[in-house]
Amino acid sequence: MSGAVHAPQGHRVWRFGADIDTDVLAPGAYMKLGIEGIAPHCLESVRPEFAGSVQRGDVIVAGPNFGIGSSREQAAAALVHLGVAAVIAPSYNGLYFRNAFNVGLLLLTCPQADLLQENERIMLEQQASSIVSALSGRLACEPVPDFLMAMVQAGGLFNQLKQRLAMQSAADPADPPATQPTTPSAR
Amino acid sequence: MTFTPPPPSTLAQKLIARAAGRDHVSPGEIVNCRVDLAMFHDSSGPRRLKPMLDELKAPIWDTSRVVLVMDHYVPERDDESRRIVKIARDWAREQALPHVYDGQGICHVVVPQGGHIRPGMFCVGGDSHSPTGGAFGAYMFGIGSTEMLGVVVTGEIWLRVPQTIQMVWQGQLAAGVCAKDMMLHMTGRFGMNGGQYQAIEFAGDTVQGLSMQERMTLSNMSAELGSQVGLIAPDATTRDWLRATGTEVGDTEQWCTDAGATLTRYDFDASALAPQVAAPHSPANAGDVKRWAGLPVDVAYIGACTGAKLDDLRAAASVLRGHRAAPGVKLIVAPASQHDQRLAEQEGVMKVLRDAGAEIGATACGACAGYGDALGGASTVISTTARNFKGRMGSAEAQVYLASPYTVAASAISGRISDPRVLTRALTTAGASA
Repeated sequence: MSGAVHAPQGHRVWRFGADIDTDVLAPGAYMKLGIEGIAPHCLESVRPEFAGSVQRGDVIVAGPNFGIGSSREQAAAALVHLGVAAVIAPSYNGLYFRNAFNVGLLLLTCPQADLLQENERIMLEQQASSIVSALSGRLACEPVPDFLMAMVQAGGLFNQLKQRLAMQSAADPADPPATQPTTPSAR
Repeated sequence: MTFTPPPPSTLAQKLIARAAGRDHVSPGEIVNCRVDLAMFHDSSGPRRLKPMLDELKAPIWDTSRVVLVMDHYVPERDDESRRIVKIARDWAREQALPHVYDGQGICHVVVPQGGHIRPGMFCVGGDSHSPTGGAFGAYMFGIGSTEMLGVVVTGEIWLRVPQTIQMVWQGQLAAGVCAKDMMLHMTGRFGMNGGQYQAIEFAGDTVQGLSMQERMTLSNMSAELGSQVGLIAPDATTRDWLRATGTEVGDTEQWCTDAGATLTRYDFDASALAPQVAAPHSPANAGDVKRWAGLPVDVAYIGACTGAKLDDLRAAASVLRGHRAAPGVKLIVAPASQHDQRLAEQEGVMKVLRDAGAEIGATACGACAGYGDALGGASTVISTTARNFKGRMGSAEAQVYLASPYTVAASAISGRISDPRVLTRALTTAGASA
């Protein structure tokens, strides 16, 4: 599953406010459980109906500072588990930003996210560099670096590591699983 | 050909350049860095890493560079906690990890006390408060479990070289005002994403005058400012503290920001700072204690890596000495590490706290993350911890106010949010010391 979810009818918008924190996304009380136990409680303290009603391909549109708080990546993985195709917000917590791409969740940084309306359907264009809304027109997003887009398309860092290690052992089966940089160097 | 010296660099740029094997790095560049130390705990570590490593059939790149700390689910309270901690213990044996701290305290305090974080290093931690390591002049930041898997397999991690935001504090803090107040003042001013995932550096004579553990409080709560790291240039205080742990570090002078380096600077007057409180439900909802003074509290919590190190316990004891918590107020003290608790015991600090009516909790993350001894019900809590998000400490009905150990102690005595300077001033006049 990845953020590059195909949605011919467009992606339905769920609106949230500013400063959505990781305790709201993945409440501490359920952190002992696996992702299938955490996801049903995702965002329940602000929108109790969300986890039960969200459909695969839907997107979250939120205010600034999405994902502030903990390093727990379940706060991003829960959204992937629920089928959320992307989060669209003007800004993110930096640690959450890394975690999201690592677990295969696309985050779009869109200064005008606030123009998008609850329940409208939007399209993501050209490697998600812009959003098309019937109500608000075309909204530009900050470009996502290619290596992060590739990570989302692979379904996250784990899948990338798996592919890379498989390629290495195929290239030289005598070698033990070798260690290679996790990301293509963008120097 | 003439020699062109590298342009002036910030401390953050120098630390990243070393880890990236470069002479110089510029803000905005994406670089791969070699990791000197990877720290994780029972929650973020083995239970997530083991299944993924097994599936990849990949070994740990260098076990000598890994530190595992059991602190989130210890002491085990239920079957799920027992299962999680058992996975960590079994995996530590299976991987023959040389550095394991089990039930000895909170990772951000225990790992420096073990001498694992030294000036100039590049470190990652599987916890958002990992910037604590920046207090030692190391580039240390928090990452999630999947990214930790990448580090554990490859020994490398990417980052975008950050801009530097320098927070320069000058002047003498009043008695009863400390690093936690400085930090809450900054979260109140800049907000929880004010750091924009850039590198914050704390500087100025106030910061240089802080003890090592007070510096750790600043770096720790860089997480609440949303920066990637919270750095402090190492000096004699750093070296002396590390020496006491049995860790000799050589010359650390290179680990500083060069004059003329490009950065954004903010100046603060420490002498004008009042004790700070952050009201529910955000560390950014902060201001002078007088805004909330008089509000009744049910629980006074002195705990966590942010607020229960030896210096924090000393601060609380200096206020509580000869006093008791008000009737009906539950005073809880959960020291951040066994090492700190032992020293506090030897100094008589623990006795002062017990005599004040404190319940002594386990040296673990405890109620801070709502994982261990969560606080239930609709109580009003004043706490030395770092975060007061709704539901964070285990109850969505709880109203959690954040403050310094001085302020929490003073509030415990009166049963209401109180300015500790009244009590600390009396102490100063009487010539008493902590």
